[in-house]
Amino acid sequence: MSVATAGSIPQTRRRPVKPGKVVGRVLFYLLVVLILAYILFPFYWAARTSFMPDSDIYLTPVQYWPKNFTVQHYINAFSETTFLRAILNSALVGVAATVLSVLFGASASYALARFNFLGRNVALYLILAMSMFPGISILGALYTVLQKVHLYNTLYALIIVYLTFSLPLMVWIMQSFFRGMPRDLEEAAYVDGASQFQTFWRIMMPLAAPGLATAGILTLMGCWQEFLFALSFELSSSHWTVPLAIANTGANQASAFQIPWGDQMAETLVVMLPLIAVVLLLQRRIISGLTAGAVKG
Amino acid sequence: MASVAYNHVFKNYGTGAVAVKDLNLQILDTEFMVLVGPSGCGKSTALRMLAGLEEISDGEIKIGDRIVNEVPARERDIAMVFQSYALYPHMSVYDNMAFGLKMRRTPKSEIETKVNEASKILGLDNFLKRKPRQLSGGQRQRVALGRAIVRNPQVFLLDEPLSNLDAQLRVETRINLQKLHKDLDATFIYVTHDQVEAMTMGDRIAVMKEGVLQQVASPREIYDDPANMYVAGFIGSPKMNFIPVTVSGKTAKASGFSLELPKAPGIEKGVMGIRPEDMTEVPHEGFPQIEMSVEVVEVLGSDQFLYGKCGGDDIIARLDPQFKVAVGDKVRLHVNMRRLHLFDVGTERAVL
Repeated sequence: MSVATAGSIPQTRRRPVKPGKVVGRVLFYLLVVLILAYILFPFYWAARTSFMPDSDIYLTPVQYWPKNFTVQHYINAFSETTFLRAILNSALVGVAATVLSVLFGASASYALARFNFLGRNVALYLILAMSMFPGISILGALYTVLQKVHLYNTLYALIIVYLTFSLPLMVWIMQSFFRGMPRDLEEAAYVDGASQFQTFWRIMMPLAAPGLATAGILTLMGCWQEFLFALSFELSSSHWTVPLAIANTGANQASAFQIPWGDQMAETLVVMLPLIAVVLLLQRRIISGLTAGAVKG
Repeated sequence: MASVAYNHVFKNYGTGAVAVKDLNLQILDTEFMVLVGPSGCGKSTALRMLAGLEEISDGEIKIGDRIVNEVPARERDIAMVFQSYALYPHMSVYDNMAFGLKMRRTPKSEIETKVNEASKILGLDNFLKRKPRQLSGGQRQRVALGRAIVRNPQVFLLDEPLSNLDAQLRVETRINLQKLHKDLDATFIYVTHDQVEAMTMGDRIAVMKEGVLQQVASPREIYDDPANMYVAGFIGSPKMNFIPVTVSGKTAKASGFSLELPKAPGIEKGVMGIRPEDMTEVPHEGFPQIEMSVEVVEVLGSDQFLYGKCGGDDIIARLDPQFKVAVGDKVRLHVNMRRLHLFDVGTERAVL
């Protein structure tokens, strides 16, 4: 053994690196840098703007790094009650819609994945079809419905609408997830005396956690940044969600003719933080969940 | 503990495929019954119907005195060990074993006593807090057993529980399972495709083929008196020699020899069955001779197998390894007539 390794050392040391490989490597990292720059530039620009006094923002030549560093925009953001209220609203609506979506979506997709019933495939394709509707095409109809049931200009309206649009995605992700799970586990639970619901709740749901986390994050992000429905269904500023509040920042001030970029960028960065935190936090879970493995012999 | 009865049980699938055909099988209280057969023979389906995991297409299944056709799995009071073990991956060993009791609303203190008891029997005391993924294959298998034991069910169902273990562990577990069966004094129904497991563990063996039960008997009887050619060929390794013969009166004539049968079987064309160990190089009184030309010799220390031809038929003989043979030799073998089998060509049933 030791002889073999000793003999192989000079070989590896002297192996010449092929020039073609070097070029490939360089190109690869160049591409990585390009993509990163493309993705990260807006964040960088928002951050830069948020730390500049308003007067510097429009200066030419462009300042790539704030010369007169200020946190005034952040102070403005946190002293604006509409904005703070909007964060609370968005959190309420987002969490409620996500939790409901996980509960309904998981149970619906479990049924669709495991039980044979009349019209199962029809239901499945109807759900898929739902997710293809562009939101704006049913905006008018939704408005009428919400008006009729007296939910217009309430946060419930947004919870219901977001649920409607997140469920199809949730069901599709989860039903393929459930389909891939070994049947033995459910059968073992039945034999152990669990009812169908207990089996679902105590065995399948914990195992589906990685999938639920993924779908849940997508739902939460969708709710957090949604603009069109919030704009259409929320009239009073006390019901605004984050995107609305940011868009309306400075609208009531004397400087109504100037867009307060600094304040808006500061607010944008503030509302992005919780989202990034959630994703990073749950991502660990997702990865550890997926590598755990279920019934390998 | 309870007996189990299959009465005219069928399993049909919508496509017209039949997995189990008219199964009649009585399993006694505290018996160790082994269902054996090749894959696709319906043995697992039969077990799963008893467990309540497959619907029964026709006929009835009884556990004790209760017909269970319409009883859901969770109310049948059976425990099952799956081939994959099917341990709940997110629960500790303790919780895996306790799950069935929790579902039955057993008091906490009782659950604890039972789980501790079972884990002691199975040597799992030190692993109770671990998750299944932190266990070896053998330990997982024992957890699966423990999950069944704590329930103290009417019937234990085991679906190829050893097939995921390596060879050495399999032998060990096989022996432990037999001890466990004695200690628990419970009814075990065990499905396997492995004839060694069937022969060593079963009080009785039920051999199945293509959904049809072929024979139910003790291991010895299955080996000594197989009901038909299929059972004769399935049990025993190397396989029983099958030699086509024509029969007239009491004389059976093969391509390489002819023998006087103890009585006239009443058929014209048959298949003679001789197990490899029922031929010997040592002459015995009343053992007729046949001649074999040897093509391959395998010496395994405790055994010697000769592969060759007798007339136009392939035969295998198992002889004393001390007996010196070379390839190309012609060997005189003496056939033990008391252990001779004869099957009807058409029905494949044993006629002698």
